[in-house]
Amino acid sequence: MKILQAIKVSFGAIRSHKLRSFLTMLGVIIGVFSVVTLVSIAQGATGAVTEQIEEMGPNLIIVNITGRGHRTLSLEEANRLAGREGVRAVAPVVSGRVTVKQGNVTLDTTLEGTSPEYRTVRNQSAQSGRFLTEADLQFRQNVVLLGGSVAEELFPLGDPLGREIRIDGTPFTVIGLLEEQGAGLGGSGDDKIIVPVTTAQRLLRISGISTIYLQASAPEMVDRVIAGVEAALTLHFRDDQAFTLFDQAQILDTLEQITGTLTLMLGGIAGISLLVGGIGIMNIMLVSVTERTREIGICKALGAKKRDILLQFLIESSVLSGFGGLFGLALGYGAGIAISNFTDLTPAFSPLVVAVALVFSLCVGMFFGLWPANKAAKLNPIEALRAQ
Amino acid sequence: MIAISGVNKIYYLHGVQVAALREVSLSVAEGEFIAVAGPSGSGKSTLMNIIGCLDIPSSGVYCLNGEDVGRLPDNRLAEIRNRHIGFVFQSFNLLPRISARENVELPLLYRGISSKERTRLALKALERVGLADRVRHRPTQLSGGQQQRVAIARALVGEPSVILADEPTGNLDSGSGNEIIALLHQLHRQGKTVVLITHDPDLASQAQRTVKMYDGMIIREEVRVP
Repeated sequence: MKILQAIKVSFGAIRSHKLRSFLTMLGVIIGVFSVVTLVSIAQGATGAVTEQIEEMGPNLIIVNITGRGHRTLSLEEANRLAGREGVRAVAPVVSGRVTVKQGNVTLDTTLEGTSPEYRTVRNQSAQSGRFLTEADLQFRQNVVLLGGSVAEELFPLGDPLGREIRIDGTPFTVIGLLEEQGAGLGGSGDDKIIVPVTTAQRLLRISGISTIYLQASAPEMVDRVIAGVEAALTLHFRDDQAFTLFDQAQILDTLEQITGTLTLMLGGIAGISLLVGGIGIMNIMLVSVTERTREIGICKALGAKKRDILLQFLIESSVLSGFGGLFGLALGYGAGIAISNFTDLTPAFSPLVVAVALVFSLCVGMFFGLWPANKAAKLNPIEALRAQ
Repeated sequence: MIAISGVNKIYYLHGVQVAALREVSLSVAEGEFIAVAGPSGSGKSTLMNIIGCLDIPSSGVYCLNGEDVGRLPDNRLAEIRNRHIGFVFQSFNLLPRISARENVELPLLYRGISSKERTRLALKALERVGLADRVRHRPTQLSGGQQQRVAIARALVGEPSVILADEPTGNLDSGSGNEIIALLHQLHRQGKTVVLITHDPDLASQAQRTVKMYDGMIIREEVRVP
């Protein structure tokens, strides 16, 4: 018997029990829907975070001075790292929490004292006004660049450029606004202010450098630069625990591990509901085989082979689960659009997830249809014909 | 055409051995109209199952068209049923969800004949049983006599060697029953081999030859003198 014909016949059987077929399908619909939606959300979130990490600047290496031991790293010593082979630029950073005041608005934010190189190394420049200059550092100018959210709160109406704010009581002139970065790892990239590193050292009363951002000259130089800097700093601190060193690749690796596990977990949980849907299909197919025992007997008397009966029931369960999968996919897609409309999340529908969900739902139908179909195929025609 | 010799059929019912057929020998020539009669439990249904290749003998030989079908695997038996046997059952046994035409097409479907050809042959068969105007009706929309005629069309459509009718009038009123018997006679006149299984002696006596069964054995054969 041709497969197309079997599909046609199975549609007839499904149509004759509309409600029952729908309820059976519902298990698969919910299963595929949850797999597709949850995995897409997880992948969407991963994509967004990955993008943010990549936007941190190309070939970025981050050195955190944890300050264990008694030695610190001075600004000059940090800047000397720029002379190393493979290092294109160095941006030393001194940071701390400060209170910013303008008129009667007061707020706490993160202050980063850094050098003009920050702009290239961290890939964040001024969207208006200007960035820091060497002269600002040299003369310890009280100038500040405001992050987007800080500027919005301090100057809700007017243009902040050229205006004066007070940082921990000291007056500073706003010289620029930082490019918007959005929420990223470790808080908002917009909830911060930037001042010259020398000014920050004086303001925060810190002599050492807390963080150094290094930019390697090429992606393939990253590892070599890390090794060199690690050696130099170990020598300097006489302790390899006084600092941590990592690059984007490491962050991305860690992130991918976390989100990979998360995606797998979400997919797994959703997969269980698909499994339950499959059991529902098996249940209803067993009922169907019992109900249609006589029908099966008739078909066998008329010359249907085992294969014909097996195929018929397999196709029926596959049609149930396959269409359940399609509906579930459509629902999941709709949910994705709704989610991206009403929240910040943008679910990513990878063709792989769609294909896997569909193929898996078909397989669920076939797998759970196999036993009932085999039961039908093995029926003795005489006994089947005698059934009521 | 049908050559049965020394066939035994033994069932095990709850561990008890039941001999449904004992040393049955019967031969039916091509174009013959034969009736198998006997009370219920006499073994005539078992004999029909064996003739119809739904079952195989426990011992003995059954040759259909010269082929020993007693030892064939299930799939071969299905093929033989499909090509050589046309069943007509007491309870019609039509599939309820599909139309008369689609029911008639079923044997051809399992033979792998194209959809167009199936439809053509099915319509021809329905015409032969006088139901050309009921092809789209579902079994439930037809009277008992009409349903049985659809079943006969289904038995005919594959041009089988034997029409095997098991109590074909059992569920019908006498008027429809007579129509069905008349139809079987008509098919016989057109050259079909017909095996009619019945417990009704009047019906059996209309056949060319009647085989009487009792307790799993053939106890008598009567040939009607025309």
